[in-house]
Amino acid sequence: MSDDPHLAGLAGTIVHDEIVPARAPWRHLVRAGETLRIVDTHGNQAVDFLLYAAADDAERYSAQDTIAAQANIFLREGTMLLSNEGRAMMTIAATSVDYHDTIGGACSCESNTLRYGHHTKAQHACVDNFLEANLRDGRGKRDMVSNINFFMNVPVEADGTLGIVDGISAPGLTVDLRADMDVIVVVSNCPQINNPCNGFDPTPVRMVVAA
Amino acid sequence: MSGTANPGAARDHARAMAGTVVEAMPILPPRADDLPAGVAPHDLIWEETIAAGGYASRVVARGTRLRLVDVGGDACASLLLFNAAMPTERLNVADTVKVQWNAYLGEGSLLLSDMGRALASLERDEAGTHDAFCGPSNEASNRRRYGEGRNSGDFPNARDRLILGGAKQGLTRRDVHPSVTLFKGVRIAPDGAVEPDLGPFAPGRTVVLRAEMDLVVVLANCPHVLDPRGWSVTPLRVTAWRGPVTSEDDTIRTSTPERTRAFLNTEDYLRR
Repeated sequence: MSDDPHLAGLAGTIVHDEIVPARAPWRHLVRAGETLRIVDTHGNQAVDFLLYAAADDAERYSAQDTIAAQANIFLREGTMLLSNEGRAMMTIAATSVDYHDTIGGACSCESNTLRYGHHTKAQHACVDNFLEANLRDGRGKRDMVSNINFFMNVPVEADGTLGIVDGISAPGLTVDLRADMDVIVVVSNCPQINNPCNGFDPTPVRMVVAA
Repeated sequence: MSGTANPGAARDHARAMAGTVVEAMPILPPRADDLPAGVAPHDLIWEETIAAGGYASRVVARGTRLRLVDVGGDACASLLLFNAAMPTERLNVADTVKVQWNAYLGEGSLLLSDMGRALASLERDEAGTHDAFCGPSNEASNRRRYGEGRNSGDFPNARDRLILGGAKQGLTRRDVHPSVTLFKGVRIAPDGAVEPDLGPFAPGRTVVLRAEMDLVVVLANCPHVLDPRGWSVTPLRVTAWRGPVTSEDDTIRTSTPERTRAFLNTEDYLRR
């Protein structure tokens, strides 16, 4: 039994364990029945996250199907991450953070120009990470859809005002995702420095797969 | 002997249908007796009523006004938008709500692309009940709710209608992205709960979109994915006319710094 606190409570055999550097993309096949644990090693690091069905990557994570099925915008323990075909791709088996975001999308060079000004155009962004990872499998821009942002906090106020605000995660908090089908996980370890989604300081995250 | 036993008789039989008028159909050439003041009849480009459960898709030019009318009070317009010149650029629902710092579409909202550009403006909105969160129904959700959801059945789903509409503009399943739903609304509670506001509403509510670049428009008209009733939807009328390109002093363009920059990005893209 490991005494690594990042692995506490994770059942099964570790089949993959990797640190994703700050600002970097990551792509990995997780097989049905395996569990992916994402560790927010430094706290409040947004992990932008997409899923594609390994058998047919035109089937992919659908934020809208996921929201509609549970009639709630927040992803919590027990949330099924549904595909655009309405099938369960992964399930949030456990999370030590109360909820995660799936309405805020991914930062891009282009949306940064709208949100912050054209001086941010040259900064690295999640869409570029998603593109870099997806292009290796032959997926392109049209394959990119609304994503999940683990460890990111986007409340909606009564008048509809919404925004990325200070996070509710902390160093060492985790989310465990059990695969309901073979899935290609595509991640951008968010490089954003213009809002609090990474505490204005992008940090590494740890990816552990248990079978 | 039947009236269709040989090709000539079959031709007569087919041609005898000409002139039939039903509620849900396109009018060619387009004709509308309720165009707004100042719109010349020769600028009308599209007049069609989309059936309950139906869909339509079309390319419209920059400046076009696209008027949607919920004629029966129970229409549900799932909408996709693409840059007609480069359809990998398309509506980005997450950026649309995030960049404008608001969850609810209404008069003055922009529909933004994934490239930081204004695709369309919501120039007029009598409805105020729209949904950027739940997306279209699909075959699985319709099967759960109605026992059936196929295009070929009695309870077609919005996503498969959007796929067909997109396919007729050369697009594929991969191109069908998160959509917005007009006329059927949701509100988000502080705990994240999605609270539907699905009507039926007063007949005749109207929304006018203004195209900010040449667009592929795909519309489906199927029940909202959270509608608890039996399969229920009424026809959706679409009217479109040519109009002027948005000016630099347009009130939507200048309403917030984010919207102004979205127009700057669109104008920069179209500067050749």
